[in-house]
Amino acid sequence: MKPPASAARESRLIQFVYEEARLIDEKRFDEWYELFTDDARYWMPLTRNQPDGESHTSLFYEDKLLLRVRIERLKSPRSFSQHQPSFCQHILQHPAIEGTTEADGWRLRTPFVYVESQLDTQIVLAGISWHDLVEVDGRLRIRLKKVELVNRDAALPSIQLFP
Amino acid sequence: MTRYRGNPAAVRALVREDAVHRDVYLSQEIFDLEMEQLWRRTWIYVGHDSQVPNAGDYYTTDIARQPVIMLRDQDGTVRVLMNRCAHKGAKLVSAMHGHCEAGLLRCPYHGWTYRLDGSIRTIPIKAGYEGTGLGNTRSAAGVVAVRHVVNYRGFVFARVADDGPDFHEYFGDSLTSIDNMVDRAPEGRLEVAGGVLRYLHDCNWKMFVENLNDTMHPMVAHESAAGTAKKLWAGHPDSEPKPMAIEQFLPFVNGYDFFDAMGVRIYENGHSYTGVKFSIHSQYSAIGEYEQRMEHAYGPERARAILGEVRHNTVYYPSLTIKGAIQAIRVARPIAPDRTIIESWTFRLAGAPERLLERTVMYTRLINAPTSVVGHDDRHCYRAIQEGLATEGNEWVSLHRSHSPDEAEHIAGDYNGLSEVSMRGQYRAWARFMTLGMREERAS
Repeated sequence: MKPPASAARESRLIQFVYEEARLIDEKRFDEWYELFTDDARYWMPLTRNQPDGESHTSLFYEDKLLLRVRIERLKSPRSFSQHQPSFCQHILQHPAIEGTTEADGWRLRTPFVYVESQLDTQIVLAGISWHDLVEVDGRLRIRLKKVELVNRDAALPSIQLFP
Repeated sequence: MTRYRGNPAAVRALVREDAVHRDVYLSQEIFDLEMEQLWRRTWIYVGHDSQVPNAGDYYTTDIARQPVIMLRDQDGTVRVLMNRCAHKGAKLVSAMHGHCEAGLLRCPYHGWTYRLDGSIRTIPIKAGYEGTGLGNTRSAAGVVAVRHVVNYRGFVFARVADDGPDFHEYFGDSLTSIDNMVDRAPEGRLEVAGGVLRYLHDCNWKMFVENLNDTMHPMVAHESAAGTAKKLWAGHPDSEPKPMAIEQFLPFVNGYDFFDAMGVRIYENGHSYTGVKFSIHSQYSAIGEYEQRMEHAYGPERARAILGEVRHNTVYYPSLTIKGAIQAIRVARPIAPDRTIIESWTFRLAGAPERLLERTVMYTRLINAPTSVVGHDDRHCYRAIQEGLATEGNEWVSLHRSHSPDEAEHIAGDYNGLSEVSMRGQYRAWARFMTLGMREERAS
């Protein structure tokens, strides 16, 4: 286990979470993709206290291959659902460092509001995102981003970007 | 002013042998009539009996905009009750899943209690009703039970109206798709597992149902999703095992020849399935131990026959579509002419390796979720139809592909997979049940 984060480390971890959301909001998805470790998951569970993404359906349970499919698809001129493009904005509460993770990293908890718009349609989602971060070659990387929507059990319209 | 109510000829005129009028998707009046006629006089999927394993367990949903309770009575029977207190009409239960305390339904407002067959058990301070006329009303008989309920191998269907076809007459041999799905469990039993995805669509429910056996759209609408997956995987040698996600995405961009040769089988009353000969699920990798367990349960020959039947989508018109080959179903819940909830449920095959559940869970997430790149393009196209049909100059929607005049006599049978015959069959049933028992109230 890593020792508790120093003040400098703490600030770096928190800054990372803000920067990650900013890359999504600015649609810099290739750079965003590079933030994930090779074995990372981007997970949005469907139920409360869902133990895993394998034996239970999730909204997202993407490994890097599936993230790549999404990112490349968004570049395709035949992504018809994006002919009027979607835009998004995260509003983050100050991330809290919740402790270390099993993989020798840090876990951060960030309540958020997320807005996704497409011309006249706008959806607003809220929830908590959890970041499990590790240091690889001196740089922070995401091993797991878990996004827990408040209304994950609702009948939801299309969510096309990345809360 | 009403155009269609009490005017069966006008309703029938919306459906031609090879085309439908746009009002079937756009008109509020037609939607209201669908709920009163088609969705009450035919057999609607309510839920699976594994959602209510024990006496007193309940599940709530709706049929044709009416809230209902599916519950298991003390004797093990699965019943469907109208979710309405006999007193002032409050819904008796509101949770999606729950359990009736002490084997009774109890109204949260004034505490009337009911047995699980709907009959009244107690009314608080009953003396207050002495000498009143309550005993002569429907309320005295308790909660209204839906009389026509069939539990077919775990799949619970209900027909709300008293007049309408018998269950087996209505579904006929299309029930073989449910049979195959259940037979795929070594123990011959399914359990709902993996949760329910609820995807809100801003389109008419029929666009979704029609799409299930529309084999001309995957290679076009899903090129950006499945085509991208294919491109990303290109370059890997054939000998390298494909990740399950790639295996599931790739067939969506198979060519027209593939989908044509797959074939479509049409039954009476709007039911059909694609994948008569093979399907997009045929090339999935074997899952260790599963075949052995099937052979052990059924014997090698029967096991091979069950697993050799790999149907694509079966439509149980109008409410249910199933993928028996991967034990997933989708249920249409119409809300308004341009608003529909599509629920996706997955199942565990009792006695099968857990990996099969993982496979269906992945499929339903990749293809049917509100976050699915395949779902996004489908939903986009449905909405595009909903808006495009508002234009003037052409009020008809073409269903001509591979139409043959012989269909007028006998539509049931096998056809080439790219035919739009499944939709023609659906509208033939639609016109029949929309006007069944409809009284003529005006000159046509």
